[in-house]
Amino acid sequence: MSSGTEESEVEIPEVKEATGTGIPIRGNDIDTDQIIPARFMKVVTFDGLGQFAFFDLRFDDDDEEKDHPMNEDRFKEASIMVVNANFGCGSSREHAPQALMRWGIDALIGESFAEIFAGNCLALGIPTVTADTETIEDLQDWVDENPDADIEVDVEAEQVHYGDRTVDVEVDDAQRRALVDGVWDTTALMKSNADATRAVAESLPYVDLD
Amino acid sequence: MSERTLYDKVWEKHKVTELPTGQTQLFVGLHLIHEVTSPQAFGMLRERDLEVAYPELTHATVDHIVPTADQSRPYSDDAAETMMAELEENVREAGIQFDDPTTGNQGIVHVIGPEQGITQPGKTIVCGDSHTSTHGAFGALAFGIGTSQIRDVLATGCVAMEKQDVRKIEVTGELSDGVEAKDVILQIIRKLGTEGGVGYVYEYAGEAIEDLGMEGRMSICNMSIEGGARAGYVNPDETTYEWLAETDEFEDDPEAFERLKPYWESIRSDEDAVYDDHVEIDGDALEPMVTWGTTPGQGVGINEPIPEPEELPEAKQDTARRAQEHMRVEPGDTMNGYEIDVAFLGSCTNSRLPDLRRAAKLVKGREVHEDVRAMVVPGSQRVQKAAEEEGLKEVFTEAGFDWRNAGCSMCLGMNEDQLEGDEACASSSNRNFIGRQGSKDGRTVLMNPRMVAAAAIEGEVTDVRELKEVSLA
Repeated sequence: MSSGTEESEVEIPEVKEATGTGIPIRGNDIDTDQIIPARFMKVVTFDGLGQFAFFDLRFDDDDEEKDHPMNEDRFKEASIMVVNANFGCGSSREHAPQALMRWGIDALIGESFAEIFAGNCLALGIPTVTADTETIEDLQDWVDENPDADIEVDVEAEQVHYGDRTVDVEVDDAQRRALVDGVWDTTALMKSNADATRAVAESLPYVDLD
Repeated sequence: MSERTLYDKVWEKHKVTELPTGQTQLFVGLHLIHEVTSPQAFGMLRERDLEVAYPELTHATVDHIVPTADQSRPYSDDAAETMMAELEENVREAGIQFDDPTTGNQGIVHVIGPEQGITQPGKTIVCGDSHTSTHGAFGALAFGIGTSQIRDVLATGCVAMEKQDVRKIEVTGELSDGVEAKDVILQIIRKLGTEGGVGYVYEYAGEAIEDLGMEGRMSICNMSIEGGARAGYVNPDETTYEWLAETDEFEDDPEAFERLKPYWESIRSDEDAVYDDHVEIDGDALEPMVTWGTTPGQGVGINEPIPEPEELPEAKQDTARRAQEHMRVEPGDTMNGYEIDVAFLGSCTNSRLPDLRRAAKLVKGREVHEDVRAMVVPGSQRVQKAAEEEGLKEVFTEAGFDWRNAGCSMCLGMNEDQLEGDEACASSSNRNFIGRQGSKDGRTVLMNPRMVAAAAIEGEVTDVRELKEVSLA
C-alpha cells in the first residue's frame, strides 16, 4: 500500500469564522427527512440538492410556495442558519447538510445538534455552534427584525457577533481545531498514517488481509 | 487492566493514532456499503485519484431503492436503475463483494451482516446508514457515518472520531406476554428523549436483555440512534456465540470459531467497569408500546393516555402539539382503536425470521381488515426463503397480506412502497417522522411486529394481548 502522498492535493481551507445574514428555522427535533425528503436522494451526486432543502415544508402538492423562511425574499441571501434543539436528528444522510450548503448555508447556530448531522457538517467545513435556549431565541428574533444585517460566527473565539451584541457560544473541541487549523477533511491526513493503520489491522485476530 | 467497558477495549484495539484535532483515527474492521450513500464517496475517490484501501473488509448490498415487487432489470424506476448500475460499477472496479439480488444473499444491510456471520463481537463496523448501530447486538462497535466519512473509510480503512461516554441501560425483570424488544427500546427513548443519547454510547444490559435472542437485541440496538446515541451494544454471551456458530463464517470452520472466541470473551465489559451514566428500566412493568406522534420518543403503552403537551418538558411541548395535530389524536385518549389504512411488517428493526413467525401465529386463520392494505417485506432473501419454506408466506398471503421481496421498502419510501395522502400506517419500522414513509401527510404509528399483525386484522391499533394466537403446524 502506498503511503498517501501521491494523490492530487486537496485544498482544505481554514474556517476560522463565517459571516453573513441570518435565517431562523424554528422548532425542536427537526429531522433529516424534513431537511431533505428521501425521494430527492435517488441521485448519484450531491449536485442540485440545494433546491430541495426543506422541500415539503416549502411547497404544497401543487408546488406552490408555503409560508417558510426559506421562501421569503428577505432571507434569500442568508448564509447563517439559526435553529433550535436536536436539529438534524434521524438518518446519517449527508444529503441533509449538502442540501443546506448548496442552498447557501455556511454555518449553523443552534441549541443542540444530532451527532451524525454535526459530524457530516464538519466533514464539509460547516461549523455547528451551540448556545442556550434564550440566546438562540433572542438571535432568531433579532434575525427576523434585521434580515439584512450580518452575523459573525467566530469559531476560533467561540463567539457570535451581531448588531452591537457579542454572545458566547460553544464549539466542540475537535470541531474547533479541525475547522480553525483546516484539517476537517481527514482523508489525506489519515492516509499519511497508512503504515500504522496496516499494523493495527494485522494485530486484530479477526482481520484476514488479502 | 480492569474497570473497562467493551467500548473502551474495542476502541483501544482499533486506535491507529490521535489526530491533530484530538480525534482518534480508528481502524474499521467491516465497512458495509449500499447504493444510496456510497456513489458520491466513490466519486470523490475518483476526483482525488484514490483507491479503495481494504476491499476485502468492505461488503456491499442493495436495499434502499430496490423494488420489492418486480425486480427484473432494468428497474422500472430509472433513478433506481441508475443507482444500482453505479453501485455495480463501483464494486466491480474496486473488487468488493456485492450481494446483489441474483446471489440469494441480498437484503437490508443490517440483516445480511449478522446472518452471514461477518458481524462479530469486537469488530468496528461502519456504514453510511444511521441504523448501523444494529450490529452492536453482537458486541461490535457499530455506527452510522456520512458520505464524506465513507470516502475516508474507503481511502484509508479508518474513520476520525471522538471518544464518547458510555451509559449503561439496565433493563430489569422479565418481559410479560405480548411485550417485545421493540417495546423496550420505545420505552427507553421515551424515558431518555430523542436527544438523550447525544455524546453517549449505550450499553444494554440486565436480565430482560440477556433473555432476548439475537433478533430482539438487534431491534434494540437498531433504534439507539432514535434516542440520539450513535452506537449501542450488548456484551456477547452464549446466545451470541450460538448464533455465530451457525453462520457462513463459522459453520464449516469451527477452528476459526475457537480461535476467535477468546477475543470475543476478552472484550466483554469488566464486572467492575466504570460507566459515565447508569439508567434502570423496569422490564416487568412494560406493556406493548405505540407511538402517538412524529418522533420515536412520542410513545405510550397501548392502554395509556396520550399526554397533554403541557405535561411534557417545555422543550417538547411545541413538537407534541404539532405532532398531535398531524396525527389527529387527542390528549387523554389511548391509541387503542386508532384506525389504520396500511400495515407494514418489515425494516431493519423488525423483519427477521422470528419477527415474521410471531406475527404469523396471530395472522393464521384470520383475514386482513377490508379497509387495510398490508404487506410483509422480509429483511433479506434468506429470511424470505426460510419463511417460505416453513409456510409463513402462505399464512400471510391467505390472510390477505402482500408478500414482497427483500428491501427497506416502506420504512423510508424510496421505492414504490409508499403511503398515499394521509394514510395511517401501523409499522414495525423505526421512524415516524413526517413524510418518512413517502407521503408528507402520511401518519405512521410505530409498534412491534405482532402489534402490526393485530392492527392489520382489526383495521385499527389493537392490544395484541386481546387476540388469541394459533400454533403454527
